[in-house]
Amino acid sequence: MATKVQEKKDSGAQVGTERVKKALPQMLKGGVIMDVVNAEQAKIAEESGACAVMALERVPADIRADGGVARMSDPELISKIIESVSIPVMAKARIGHFVEAQILESLGVDCIDESEVLTPADEEFHIDKSKFTIPFVCGARNLGEALRRIGEGAAMMRTKGEAGTGDVVEAVRHARAILGAIKKLTVMPDEELMTYARDLGAPYELVKQVKLEGKLPVVNFAAGGIATPADAALLMQLGVDGVFVGSGIFKSGNPLKRAQAIVKATTYFNDPEVLAEVSKNLGEPMVGRTVQSLTEKEQLAVRGW
Amino acid sequence: MSTLKIGVLALQGDFREHQHSVEQLGAVTVEIRHLRDLDRIDALIIPGGESTTINKFDEAFGGKVFATISDYGHKGMPIYGTCMGSIVLASRIEAMNQKSMGLMDITVRRNAYGPQRASFETLLDIKELGAEPFPAIFIRAPQIVEAGPAVSVLATIGDTIAMARQGRFLLTTFHPEITDDLRVHKYFLDIIRDNDTRQRPTPVTRLHNHANARPSLTLVGT
Repeated sequence: MATKVQEKKDSGAQVGTERVKKALPQMLKGGVIMDVVNAEQAKIAEESGACAVMALERVPADIRADGGVARMSDPELISKIIESVSIPVMAKARIGHFVEAQILESLGVDCIDESEVLTPADEEFHIDKSKFTIPFVCGARNLGEALRRIGEGAAMMRTKGEAGTGDVVEAVRHARAILGAIKKLTVMPDEELMTYARDLGAPYELVKQVKLEGKLPVVNFAAGGIATPADAALLMQLGVDGVFVGSGIFKSGNPLKRAQAIVKATTYFNDPEVLAEVSKNLGEPMVGRTVQSLTEKEQLAVRGW
Repeated sequence: MSTLKIGVLALQGDFREHQHSVEQLGAVTVEIRHLRDLDRIDALIIPGGESTTINKFDEAFGGKVFATISDYGHKGMPIYGTCMGSIVLASRIEAMNQKSMGLMDITVRRNAYGPQRASFETLLDIKELGAEPFPAIFIRAPQIVEAGPAVSVLATIGDTIAMARQGRFLLTTFHPEITDDLRVHKYFLDIIRDNDTRQRPTPVTRLHNHANARPSLTLVGT
């Protein structure tokens, strides 16, 4: 594999350690990460106060509409996005596609999203993320899935939600499932942990660690269907560390204004007066599609194993 | 000694990690999202995060965020900035059209090491914190490339400054809040306590028999 962990720098400094990889998402907490498909959108996202951007070929709503295979973006587009903003740039690779991930790392992206929104390249295995110098974020629907991804080296988690719908119901379901399971785990007797780990399909050591600390060992954002400032604040109040907004911004009537409003709502998530103020006159939200109206084949969240 | 109340700017970034660090040292913390809350605290920490994001908040509030905090700083409030926090404390930001508070006489170079793949951890010698080196984590970190005569350099990395102090203002370009080592936060709490005794008038009980001493005592604090 082309990537090297803990490459020595001249001063004895170490790059790509677990601690260094987990630290980048910590600096993004309380912020909004926005999907962008080109440099113009990236600049609007930065202008609105996004703490990072996520580069992808098409936003999830278009992937749904167009169908076909969704892949990593054109590297040329990603390089242009990196040049156009000073905030961190993330990019999506297909599940299991470690070569797309190697390419993204060589381009100098700050974090890779191994994402169910793109068409999976491997229906059995995810990428061994511990081999890379830069951090990975992965989606999860429940605690077991989250701990499997962390076991593979993910340095950040997000709910899967149901991307490209503008329907927040799945993000709420996944956030409640993960945070609720953590709460239950904190009061679980020690002798039950091994069986619980087996049932979750999660590494025992990580189950023990979560019980002890009462939280995931990595930062946990919400994603998938967030379209309004109130949606962002709802997930923040449920207890996530920040939010991803995909189609919700650039599929709406006034992207800059909506993006600014969602950034403020993520900071002032507990302040209904501010939320009311920022929610005024945002123009048309993205045209939503209820998750209930999707057939199982159309659901992206079921991808990942 | 009364309990210190530390505000942590909570617009965006790793403010909870800073709260956890100073709470372990016995301080209480307040998340600062509204400028009115600055009145309730003894000192402020500006956490790690995205400096562009904080700048956009400042713009959205008509420049009042930086101006007000800077005002409190000038009036005597101790402030500690990490990484992004060190950028907003600076007087000069190299090659960027970006506002800051201008509280420390330094020039900062943003994101000086490049993208995340160049982020690193290392052991830093910091004399003020004792013989044991400090585990310093640099994440898309800035560099302090210039400092005026009023600035004490406490740690360097390569030929740039990683930790510096100017009176009651402190900065690190690395992140002590994501390690278990509390020495930098303890150092900041000591600055607050020193500052406290210099800033506040000596308690009246001690002045009873020394009415004449009052003018010189006030001078100590200026």
